[in-house]
Amino acid sequence: MKLTLRVWRQKNADAEGAMSTYEVDGISSDMSFLEMLDTLNEELILKGEDPVAFDHDCREGICGACSLVINGDAHGPERTTTCQLHMRSFKDGDTIDIEPWRASAFPVIKDLVVDRSAFDRIIQAGGYITAPTGTAPEAHATPVPKPDADYAFEHAECIGCGACVAACPNGAAMLFTSAKINHLNVLPQGAPERESRVLDMVAQMDDEGFGGCTLTGECATACPKGIPLMSITNMNREWLRATRKAGKR
Amino acid sequence: MTRTIWDSSVGKKTVMAVSGLIMLLYLVVHMLGNLKIFFGSGEFNHYAHWLRTIGEPFMHYEWTLWVIRVVLLVAVIAHATSAYQLSRRDIKARPSKYVHKRPRASYATRTMRWGGIILGLFIVWHILDLTTGTVHPGFESGRPYQNVVDTFSTWYGNVIYIVAMLALGLHIRHGFWSAAQTLGVGSRTRDRALKTIANVLALVLTVGFISVPVAVMTGVVS
Repeated sequence: MKLTLRVWRQKNADAEGAMSTYEVDGISSDMSFLEMLDTLNEELILKGEDPVAFDHDCREGICGACSLVINGDAHGPERTTTCQLHMRSFKDGDTIDIEPWRASAFPVIKDLVVDRSAFDRIIQAGGYITAPTGTAPEAHATPVPKPDADYAFEHAECIGCGACVAACPNGAAMLFTSAKINHLNVLPQGAPERESRVLDMVAQMDDEGFGGCTLTGECATACPKGIPLMSITNMNREWLRATRKAGKR
Repeated sequence: MTRTIWDSSVGKKTVMAVSGLIMLLYLVVHMLGNLKIFFGSGEFNHYAHWLRTIGEPFMHYEWTLWVIRVVLLVAVIAHATSAYQLSRRDIKARPSKYVHKRPRASYATRTMRWGGIILGLFIVWHILDLTTGTVHPGFESGRPYQNVVDTFSTWYGNVIYIVAMLALGLHIRHGFWSAAQTLGVGSRTRDRALKTIANVLALVLTVGFISVPVAVMTGVVS
C-alpha cells in the first residue's frame, strides 16, 4: 500500500505546530497503525530528519498509552485502540490525517504526544480504596453480588487513554471520571469513600480545566473499551447523592 | 451546599436541568391555554382574565400571576447564566479544532446554544409584543384574542414565532433527555422511554404552539 500522511508536527510545547505531508510506500495491510508509523520514522531517521513522536507502550490494547486522532476519529475508524488498528482499515492511495488529542487539559508536548497527567491527578483525588496492605485478603471475605461485580468490571475496563476527552467537543473528562467513580462506588471495598470520592474527583476534574458534558455521546462512541454514556448519568446521581449527604452534616 | 453546586460543572448542569424542567412545565400549560383560541374570542379573553384572578380571594388580583412570573424569571436567569458559564468553560477546554473535520452529534444537540439564544431573544420580543404591547402598534390591553390575531396577521410576527417554536422543539428534544441524565434518573432500561417522552413533548409543544399562527393565517381564527 502507498499512503499519503498528513501529520501534526510540533517541536515542543511552546512551538507553533502545523500539518506536514509524508508519503509512505510498502505498507502491508497486516501492519498495525503504529507499525506503519514506525516505517515512516525509519525512513525519516535514514534521511536524517526528526522522527514523528507518538505515545505507545504495550501495543496490545490494554495499557492506554497510545492515542492519535486519525481522520478526525480518536483511535481511528475502528472501535479499538490505535495500536490494535490495522492498515486493512485503509485503502491503497488513501490520505490519512493524524493529529494529537486536542484539549487544553492535555497540552501537546511534542508532535502527537500530549501530557495526560491531569488524569493521574483525578485518580489521586479519589480513585483508590482504603485497604490494609500485606498478604492478599481471603477472596470470599467480602461478598460481592454478581451484577455489581459485572458493573464494576465494565467500568474497570477503562484504560485511561483519553479518547473520550479527545472526541468530546467540550474537551470534557466526564466519561473517564465516571468510569473510575462507578467502578469503585458500586463495590463494598469502595463504600467508605463513596461520597468523598465522587465529590473530590469531580472537583479535581473541574480544576484541571476539562469542559462539561453536553451529552453529545461522542465520548462513548470513541471509547475503545465501550464505557457506556450512561456511566455519566450514574456519576451525576452519585454526585447529587453525595452533595445532599454533605449538606446534612 | 449551594456553593458546592454552583462551583461544580455537574452542579451547574443540575441548575440547568431543574430550571429547564420548570420552564418546560410552564410551556405545557401555556400551550394548552393557547388552544382556547379555537373556542372563540369570548372564551379566550375570559381565560386570559381568569389567569389574573387565580387564587382569589386568598390572593389579590394578579398576585398568582406575578408569583408565576417571578419563578419563571428566576428560572430563565438561572438557566441562561449557567448555560453561559458552562459554554465558556467548554470553549476554553477545547481551544484548538481538529484539522480533519467530520460531522458530529445530532442537529438538536449541536443547536442547543444557538437555539437557546434564539429562544431568549424570542421571550423578550414575545413579552413586548403580547404582554406589554411595547412593540405592538394597535395593542389593546385586556383584549388578548384581538392582539393575537393582529400579531399573526403580519408576516414578521408569523416568521419570528414559527422559527422560535421550531427552535423550541429542537431544544426540548435534546434538553429533556439531557436533564434526565444530569439528574441521574436515566438508566439503560428507561432510556427508550425518556427519549420517546422528549420527542413527544417536543413535537406536541411545537405543533400546539404553531397551530395558532397557522389558524390565523388560514382564517380559522379571525
